[in-house]
Amino acid sequence: MSKRASAHSRIAVIGGGLVGSAIAYGLARHGEEVAVFDEGDLALRASRGNFGLIWVQSKGLGMPDYAAWTLRSAALWPHLAAELIERTGIDLQLQQPGGLHILLSNDECARRAAFLEKLHAQPGFPRYPYWMLDRQDLKSMYRGIGPDVVGASFTEQDGHANPLRLLRALHTALSQMGVIYRPNHGAERIEPLERGFAIHAAGDRYTCERVVIAAGLANGRLASMVALDVPVRPQRGEIIVLERVKPFLRHPMLSLRQTGEGTVMIAEAKVEAGFDKRTDLGVLGTLARRAVRTFPALADARAVRTWGALRILSPDGFPIYTQSTRYPGAFAATCHSGVTLAGAHALDLAPQIAAGALEARMQPFSPTRFTHGDRHVLYQH
Amino acid sequence: MFCISTEAARPFGKAALSFEFEGEPVAAFEGQTVAQALVAANRGACRTMPVSGSARAPYCLMGVCFDCLVTIDGRQNQQACLAPVRADMRVTMQRGERLLDIDIDDEKEVRHD
Repeated sequence: MSKRASAHSRIAVIGGGLVGSAIAYGLARHGEEVAVFDEGDLALRASRGNFGLIWVQSKGLGMPDYAAWTLRSAALWPHLAAELIERTGIDLQLQQPGGLHILLSNDECARRAAFLEKLHAQPGFPRYPYWMLDRQDLKSMYRGIGPDVVGASFTEQDGHANPLRLLRALHTALSQMGVIYRPNHGAERIEPLERGFAIHAAGDRYTCERVVIAAGLANGRLASMVALDVPVRPQRGEIIVLERVKPFLRHPMLSLRQTGEGTVMIAEAKVEAGFDKRTDLGVLGTLARRAVRTFPALADARAVRTWGALRILSPDGFPIYTQSTRYPGAFAATCHSGVTLAGAHALDLAPQIAAGALEARMQPFSPTRFTHGDRHVLYQH
Repeated sequence: MFCISTEAARPFGKAALSFEFEGEPVAAFEGQTVAQALVAANRGACRTMPVSGSARAPYCLMGVCFDCLVTIDGRQNQQACLAPVRADMRVTMQRGERLLDIDIDDEKEVRHD
């Protein structure tokens, strides 16, 4: 294909991570002609550092619509996973057996129960059940829990998948569907034209009719070029990877899960350190201690790898989906849950973008919420 | 993959010793790693993969690839390339993933009522 022939596409997606790829996939699935602009190996790449939860319980205090959106994505996930294995042969190792949030003291239990009660009591909150399990309930499922485990909260909709396989499957499908993928093409500038936009990347200029900005921590900078307000900041998560062991853990436990290959992963942390991706031994120690208190046998398992990765957080922690009124055809999407929300991004958000406008039900996710009304700074898993 | 010459396998001043791999003696010398001794003795595979079940032998010899996993004196998933040989140590193949000392219960449905 000549450069000239490919320099124009109907829709340009800026960002080849999980959010951009899921949206590009949803667009291509609708028959749209799409080009994905991605950075190179040195990008921050939250999509390579994910833990892999599809997590519903506890999402949405302060924004019930976010809870509904998350629930919808969890429900769409099996369709996405089935489509992707059909198209690419890549098994995303999706499991949705329900998730456990382990509680290690009576105080934690009381706070968790109060939090969930408050969450579910919100007007407009979607109806789905949750349970507070006691130690005996848990013991009947997992005899190996430690003496400190007091209980857990449980929601049937929670699950997990392999985030790297998700990313690979999306990219494989994009390639099969004829989507142009441009690596090492971090967008330097988006130029609104009389009709459409020009993307300046890697020293070249590419044109498109519509642009979707899904560039993680670059969203703030790029969105402002099309008169959109997408405030984001980095927040570091840290992960410990243990050696592969025989399967013993079927349920994802918020900060502990066992992958389809037997690897045990321990997360999470919320470290405010700007763009510093390094891990911190103190943080990792806290994560490890909690995992060992949950399953004392893990003390004997060896850690083989650790990493830090940067979440993309809006001021209130909720996603932002928005479209430019000044420059019609420009959209932006950002969230810190690229795995959980992949189902909704591919199968619900993308069709709206293909149709040309976000539906009215997306209004709660507009960044106008940051400019009027009270600002909630609530963010919980 | 690798071949260690006879001279290199017997440096001056190092004591010869023997350990057991899969129930059979392997000649080694003090200061070698288990992986080096297994490669020198041409013992082939040391583990099977947890995912595919295929056989693997020591590869990187520097602690990175995890293909030399073995069980040493009952301790599973030990990297043979990082473990110095000791006389009379008992080494067996690492077959699949290790087992944690944890009760595995097949009935793991959440009961709620």
